[in-house]
Amino acid sequence: MTFQEIASRLSERFGTVPGIGLEPKPENPVDPYLKVSAEHILEVAKYLRDDEETQFDYLSCLSGVDLKGSLAVVYNLFSMTKRHKLTLRVEVPVANPTVQSVESIWKTANWHEREAFDLFGINFAGHPDLRRILLPYDWEGHPLRKDYQVPEYYNGMKVPY
Amino acid sequence: MTDTLTAAPKTSTGKSLRTEEMIINMGPQHPSTHGVLRLEIVVDGEIVVDVVPHIGYLHRCFEKHCEHMTNYQQVIPYVDRMDYVCAMNNEFAYVVAAERLLKIQVPERVEFIRVIMAELQRIASHLIAVGTYGIDIGAFTPFLYCFRDREKILDLFEMTCGARLLYNYMWIGGLSHDLPPDFVPRAKEFCAYFKPKIKEFNDLLTYNEIFVKRTAMTGVLPADVGLNYACSGPMLRASGVNWDLRRDDPYSVYHKFDWEVAVGKGEMGPVGSCWDRHIVRMKEMEQSVRILEQALAQIPEGDVQSAIPKRIRPNPGEVYARTESPRGELGFYIVSDGTATPYRIKARGPGFVNLSVISEIAKGAMIADLVAIVGSIDIVLGEVDR
Repeated sequence: MTFQEIASRLSERFGTVPGIGLEPKPENPVDPYLKVSAEHILEVAKYLRDDEETQFDYLSCLSGVDLKGSLAVVYNLFSMTKRHKLTLRVEVPVANPTVQSVESIWKTANWHEREAFDLFGINFAGHPDLRRILLPYDWEGHPLRKDYQVPEYYNGMKVPY
Repeated sequence: MTDTLTAAPKTSTGKSLRTEEMIINMGPQHPSTHGVLRLEIVVDGEIVVDVVPHIGYLHRCFEKHCEHMTNYQQVIPYVDRMDYVCAMNNEFAYVVAAERLLKIQVPERVEFIRVIMAELQRIASHLIAVGTYGIDIGAFTPFLYCFRDREKILDLFEMTCGARLLYNYMWIGGLSHDLPPDFVPRAKEFCAYFKPKIKEFNDLLTYNEIFVKRTAMTGVLPADVGLNYACSGPMLRASGVNWDLRRDDPYSVYHKFDWEVAVGKGEMGPVGSCWDRHIVRMKEMEQSVRILEQALAQIPEGDVQSAIPKRIRPNPGEVYARTESPRGELGFYIVSDGTATPYRIKARGPGFVNLSVISEIAKGAMIADLVAIVGSIDIVLGEVDR
């Protein structure tokens, strides 16, 4: 299926759900993407995996992005049986960055979401084991945020730069 | 007074013995974890009940570094250092992503040279994987043979760009150097030399009875679990999924060559075992030689630097491009805000994703088999931790 076909199938199914925030962005240079609201991502993900026509059984990549003012989570989906792909995107305000976890749909999201939590401070609701993965557990702050300040001290040791 | 030492016990001591599970750490300083990986394992005697991997000991926040570059080309040396045993494949993935973002068409000669380098690097990387896997199981000799042959590939790289491990060879739009005049005959010589060596490795290690006994029944990964965990590369193919990005999501000029995707068939035990992962790597080396022979025979003439852009400022937008590295799907997600500095680069490392499945496949194994399972995933911590 092409991006347009998947987008119209989704809007057929979810178009009437209030606050779904379904918004196709086909004009994005290179990869088109589909915006979904943070409260409905789990529902949409479950539909995309289980639906006969879409069958997105493979979550290639999940990335956090700091958009200065809001944080985004980008899902790169692929279907092994149908051989088509889709990019989903969720945007949340920095003040309350909570996104539903899709760990129950694709297990691979477990580590990717922990990474986004670690480096961006995005909170994934429903994640079974949300703790830092790459940084030490006592690290403060989230380094990939654009406003991150490198700490002067770590555990009483001066950071040399 | 009875002698308490010689008197027979009235009840069996077995009933009063208490057993409990124990938590032990394997790593971070452990030779068989292939780097600084710590596995927290819960054991019941010799049986592994649960495995919790702890990573991040080699974390350098490569993604943060990229956001401070003044140019997209400057990222390439950092990309080299991610998965340091297959630097060419990392560069390949990054330049494919960046070129897709910039919408650059590179000359045919560049694509051919990239494929040649990537396949040579795949053989070199698999040689390390296979050799060190032998050491994990207790076979030391194949390792020496593997390194002897890997040396010849590194010599070819050194001849081309001066570096043996971290090349900075593939640039966005082109290459840092053209091939030296005697590269093609020497690479052909290597192919002819290497082909019979694969059989030698197979006789020495793959079909060795002890090796088969250690690996053929352990670490079985069912295909549906592998897909749900988004495993890729030899890890997924060993589970019987016929899937290779070089063929199924084509990039560069791979569609011009005739070759086959190696898939695990479960010849020695259940499909998706450690042995299947090993044999898939062995077969992939054969296929890489096949691609190399074809690519070397039809390499076109041309200028390798004609398409390198003078000024790299992609339009605002984002791209996710993925390529088949020796370990699996290596993807780069790049966001551009229209300036010369990358706004966000995320590397989707295959090792990172493949490692996350370990707690599924290692449950119920013996501690010694855990070593075999970790080795068969073939992780490089430089890329897992980035």
